[in-house]
Amino acid sequence: MTKQVAYFPGCALEGSAREYDVSTRRVFAALGVELLEVPDWVCCGASSTHGRGQEVALALPAHALRAASQMGLPLMSPCAMCYSRFKLASLELAHPEARARTEAALGQDIGELPSVLHPLQVLDEIAPQATVPLDIKVASYYGCLLVRPPAAGFDDQENPTIMDRIVAGWGAQPVSWAFKTECCGAGMALARPDMVARLSRRVLEQARQAGAEVVVVACPMCQANLDLYTGEKDTPVLYITQLIGLALGLSPRELMLGRHLINPLPLLRAKGLVNHG
Amino acid sequence: MVKVGVFLCHCGRNISEVVDVPRVAEAVRHLPGVTYVDENKYMCSEPGQAAIRQAITEHGLTRVVVASCSPRMHEITFRRAAAQAGLNPYLVEMANLREHCSWVHADDHEAATLKAIELVKKAVARISYNEPLTPQPIPMTRRALVIGGGIAGIQAALDIAAAGHQVTLVERESTIGGRMAQLDKTFPTLDCSSCILTPKMVEVAQNPNIELLTYSEVESVSGFVGSFEVQIRKRATLVDHVKCTGCGICWEKCPEKVPSEFDLARGKRSSIYIPFPQAVPVKPVVDQVHCRYIKYQEFEASGAEGKKPPQCRICEKLCPPQALAWDQEDEAVTEKFGAIVVATGYDPFDPTVYGEFGYGQYPDVITGLELERLLSASGPTEGHVLRPSDGTPPKTVVFLSCIGSRDEERGKAYCSQICCMYMAKHAIVLKEHDPEVQSYIFYIDNRAVGKGYEEFSRRAQEDAGAVYLRGRVAKVFPQDGKLVVMGEDSLIGRQVEIAADMVVLAAAVVPSRGADEVARMLNISYDSDHFLVEAHPKLRPVETHTDGVFLAGACVSPCDVPQSVSRGSAAAAKTLALLSKETLVGEPTTAVVDALRCSGCQLCLEVCPFNAISTQVVAGRTVASVNEGLCKGCGLCSAVCRPAAIGVKGSTHKQLLAEVASLWT
Repeated sequence: MTKQVAYFPGCALEGSAREYDVSTRRVFAALGVELLEVPDWVCCGASSTHGRGQEVALALPAHALRAASQMGLPLMSPCAMCYSRFKLASLELAHPEARARTEAALGQDIGELPSVLHPLQVLDEIAPQATVPLDIKVASYYGCLLVRPPAAGFDDQENPTIMDRIVAGWGAQPVSWAFKTECCGAGMALARPDMVARLSRRVLEQARQAGAEVVVVACPMCQANLDLYTGEKDTPVLYITQLIGLALGLSPRELMLGRHLINPLPLLRAKGLVNHG
Repeated sequence: MVKVGVFLCHCGRNISEVVDVPRVAEAVRHLPGVTYVDENKYMCSEPGQAAIRQAITEHGLTRVVVASCSPRMHEITFRRAAAQAGLNPYLVEMANLREHCSWVHADDHEAATLKAIELVKKAVARISYNEPLTPQPIPMTRRALVIGGGIAGIQAALDIAAAGHQVTLVERESTIGGRMAQLDKTFPTLDCSSCILTPKMVEVAQNPNIELLTYSEVESVSGFVGSFEVQIRKRATLVDHVKCTGCGICWEKCPEKVPSEFDLARGKRSSIYIPFPQAVPVKPVVDQVHCRYIKYQEFEASGAEGKKPPQCRICEKLCPPQALAWDQEDEAVTEKFGAIVVATGYDPFDPTVYGEFGYGQYPDVITGLELERLLSASGPTEGHVLRPSDGTPPKTVVFLSCIGSRDEERGKAYCSQICCMYMAKHAIVLKEHDPEVQSYIFYIDNRAVGKGYEEFSRRAQEDAGAVYLRGRVAKVFPQDGKLVVMGEDSLIGRQVEIAADMVVLAAAVVPSRGADEVARMLNISYDSDHFLVEAHPKLRPVETHTDGVFLAGACVSPCDVPQSVSRGSAAAAKTLALLSKETLVGEPTTAVVDALRCSGCQLCLEVCPFNAISTQVVAGRTVASVNEGLCKGCGLCSAVCRPAAIGVKGSTHKQLLAEVASLWT
């Protein structure tokens, strides 16, 4: 088990998804995994750079890959978009031609490519140490980027189970449902909020029908769309690190549970998960 | 003194347009041994052959070189012509001036002519070392083995038996019938499957020429065409089938009910059972995994503490002829056969790899074969189509095609051939069962290529009102007690959602479990999908590369009932051509071992693709030995033999060296 990883928070985790960053840092600290932040990190290249050409789309993630390589550690980013960029870039940089072009653009050698991890892969390998029983029914929502494209995914594309396995290990009850990898609306929130609302609402509706009390996610975009655009009140959407944090006995304040639009605290109080701290 | 005649063919203009044939004739005329040279526009024509025959007689030729096309085309023609003129046919060689020269060097006539001269020189040099060879007769065991008792194997066995030959039909299950026995109706005429199949099954049981071995498996095969030695394991049924009358009391009264394999676990059977009422033979077997008395015996034998399982033995107590035989054991028999037909059939693809369709997760998502069992009057619902989840009759049924077919990513690249038609059949039959049923069929292409198939497909659309939607399904999920099928109708370019009561997956056809093991035993090939490989996909579709082994049914590629029957009959015809002979004529161009030179290293054993080489002890030394019945004369052994102890008759080391040497003179 890796005890240290190179940690890449990314832009979302410094802004709208700060609670994902904070809960990740706290949970991994509690589990004995040291997160060493990538120094002087820049944009991972998500969203906009694909359209600006192959060179910049590879050079940006290559910057962080190079940094992790110099640290001699695997590169881990909680953001599904960052993770996907790094994973795909590292696959492309395995081709000497792409690598030479990118190194020329960076003006630096990338070095030996580090392995790219998502926190779910790390959590899947750690024996759970729950102190608070998580008596709660959970719908694991994976969205698109954790499982697709197949080369970048680390689980079954249609019926992934890694999050279900992790939350079950921490004492929660994963529900079986069909919308694990449906689209949340992704980056269309500003251009077509109506569509994002429709898609995200359906995800929450399906989770509820399957008996879930809470939805857990591992992607800032999924969380934002489900939480911000659905106008829902009843089914909170938590980061998986927040749920594990609760099992570890961390307080709502420490896990920044107050930042969600669908307030999870009434449910968590009723479930006896937040009475301490 | 050899007298070589060289016969140069123009092959119309195929050769002469590129190669200057008269120049070749001049160049080879004075080669050592050459006493006669002739040209002909078509050497293979009757006048061409007559010229060869005449030259042999008139000029006393002792060797013949024909410079024309590939020996694969006409070697037999020219050997036969030579034989007619009294020359041993193995004293004929060919130089390939067409495929190896004029066709591939059409852009350089000069070089092609020079190469043609060398090719003929090579053949002339080689032929002086040719020796007359005589084919050895191979004795023929006039009995056939058929492996697999589905419709293809049944048809093959019946046809062989009808010609008066003995045939043994080996079937792994306790009854013959195969997949066809599981079907309710058959397209495109909607005959009841068992009504047309069971008469054939009964005929198998009653035909005196057929030995039926059910609940049996082929364990090993040795020997070669004409005399295969096959070891067959007859699994213990724990019922004396001579005493048993098939009265049915045991399987009715047996209290231990378990999921029925025949009903694809959609129904139950007892632990002593026949798979279905029309089973042949109608003799039960004891399922040794689930039988209570077997469990009791195992508990006793293990010496474990605690509560003993019940002894049960109800079947034994009630059996009128006292046919239970608890101490029966597996029996291995070895029998000899002249030819073997492989008809191992198919299995349905496991659709659980498509997580998005929820097979195995939602009970009302079933496969096409499972729907057959629900439709069948002898099935678990006695022919009433009911949802597995709540036992209600489904009104909206959605079919998903190509589940595992035409999908290189997660399934198979090939088309499974039968699914389009059985989906149409299901739509029609469901409508007949219940006029309120509405079927939807998601398809990629509707493939209806067979006699009456397109008309049948139309009938599903026009008479049964099935709605065909061209597109793939993205997901199936439960909502409000229904299964919502979310897919694309690519003809209108829209996403569609259908709230279904039942979803039927047209699972791909894959080779039957264990077919590859059978292939290895018989030394025949299988492809990357584990379908068995024919000797030629067009011209030798039921033969294999092992002489005397033929293929029938879906073990070759997915096929429907009419095709399985045709393939079964075709394999029988090929088998009968062998069985009609007392002896076979073997090809004499086999490998031969010089025991004095052989070092016993056994490299040849490893490379031989036909398992034709074994070892024997000669004067205290272990040396290689060739089984001429199995040897195909490929020469791999000769190539790896370091002391040059193994050679191939007709392509000896001397001949090969003479060819090579000729290029330097």
